Formats: sequence, structure tokens, C-alpha cells
Amino acid sequence: MIPLSWYMVLSMIVFSIGVFGFLSRKNIIIIFMSIELMLNAVNINLISLSHYLQDLRGQILAFFVIAVAAAEAAIGLAIIIALFRNKATAHVDEIHEMKG
Amino acid sequence: MIHELIFAYFAFAIVLLSILVITMKNPIHSVMWMLLLFFHIASLYLFLNAEFIAAVQVIVYAGGILVLFLFAVLLVNIREELRIGRYIGAWSSGLTFALGLFIVLFMSLRSFVAAPPGMYSIDLIKKETHVKALGKLLYTDFLYPFEVASMILLVAIIGAIVLAKRRLKG
Repeated sequence: MIPLSWYMVLSMIVFSIGVFGFLSRKNIIIIFMSIELMLNAVNINLISLSHYLQDLRGQILAFFVIAVAAAEAAIGLAIIIALFRNKATAHVDEIHEMKG
Repeated sequence: MIHELIFAYFAFAIVLLSILVITMKNPIHSVMWMLLLFFHIASLYLFLNAEFIAAVQVIVYAGGILVLFLFAVLLVNIREELRIGRYIGAWSSGLTFALGLFIVLFMSLRSFVAAPPGMYSIDLIKKETHVKALGKLLYTDFLYPFEVASMILLVAIIGAIVLAKRRLKG
């Protein structure tokens, strides 16, 4: 039997990688993929806890996380398409209209 | 022993693939590595006796969300992408923040206390089948959140159309 903490450490590592990608990449599509990475890390955590605590509610919660991730991807990519139409760039450091 | 080996393979592959996803220069390569990552995560769910969630993971993430990402990636000018650097100027502060977050989370793991186990033991789920047990719980105790989730998806459909459609002239 694998200890529960191994799964939690795996989830922490993936979440931290997602945070790093979110904060430091230039391309806005990769930033969105980092958000998906973080949501997946949370799902790993929820499902391992659901298995080890013998309670199905963790899996239900993971189910809702997947539904919200699908909605978020649709809205986010629509925003990216609107951004391309107005600015024709995918780099977040070139979008500085609101600066001072 | 065999369990540990399988877990070690999946953990190593998931960490490596997520690093590849955020460090690739070409966004199409990133999406492809992410596809492989989602399949590995689905296998990890199978390993945790969550076969329905594993199927949903493959169908929704690999089949739906990644296709959307591929469509968006096709808008990017790949040649310019390969010429320009990957990271913003302040990437080191991002790295510091991520490392600090990992250290804080890791330290907090020590004080984690597991709750007493619930009623859904593996034998019960085996007897009742996984999807049936999950569906019973979803449509009784979690009916209201389920309706809220359907509302969120409806808002997402309408919002995506409104945001992405071309403005009509006049």
C-alpha cells in the first residue's frame, strides 16, 4: 500500500510547476495550460484522499472541478480569440494599455 | 513492491511531462506533451480505483479541452514564437514564489491528520459498482451543486459565443 503522503507530494510538485508556468511564461496560451495543470494537481489530491478516506465525495468534487475547467477553457479561449482580433499578439508583456 | 514501482513510474512521468509542458518553446509541442500528461493522470486515477473519473478525464480533458487549445494555438505565429524568448523579464520572482509555495505546502504536510474513514469501503463499491455508487451520491446529496454546474456550463456556452463572435457592422 502506497502512503497517502506520496500522492500529496506529487500533487504539490505539479501544482508548484503550474504556479511557476503561470507566473513566468510569456505566451498566454501556455499560461492557460498552466491553470489546467494546477486544476489537475488538485484533482489528484482529491481523488487520492477519496480513496484513502473511503469516501466518494472527493470524486464528486473532482467531477465538479472538471466541469468548471471545461467552462473556464471555453471562456478563456474565447477571450484569447477576442484579444487576437484587437491586438494580434499572444505575449502578455506586450499588452500594457492599462499601465499608467 | 510492484505497486511502488508503478507509482514511481507514473509520478516520475507526470512531473517530467508537466515540466516539459511549461518549458517547451513551440506551443504545439506543449499541447502534445499535455495530451500524454492527461493520459498518465487518468492511469493514476485507475490506480486509485476511480475508473469513472479516469474515463471522464480522458473524454473531457484529452478529447475536449485539448482540442480547444489546439485551435487557439493555430492562431499563434509559430515562427515569431520560436524567435522570441519564452519567459517574461521577472521569471526569477515566479520561480522563487513557486519554490516558496512548495516548501510551505511540504512543511504543512507534517501536521496533516487524516479523518476517520467513511462508509464507502472498497468492498461496498465493488458490490454496488463504482458508477452506481457515484451516481447515487451525485443525484441525491449533490443535486443542487449538480444543477449549479449545469448553469455554469450554460453560461460558458453563451459567454464563449458572445466573446468570440465578430461584431456586425452598423
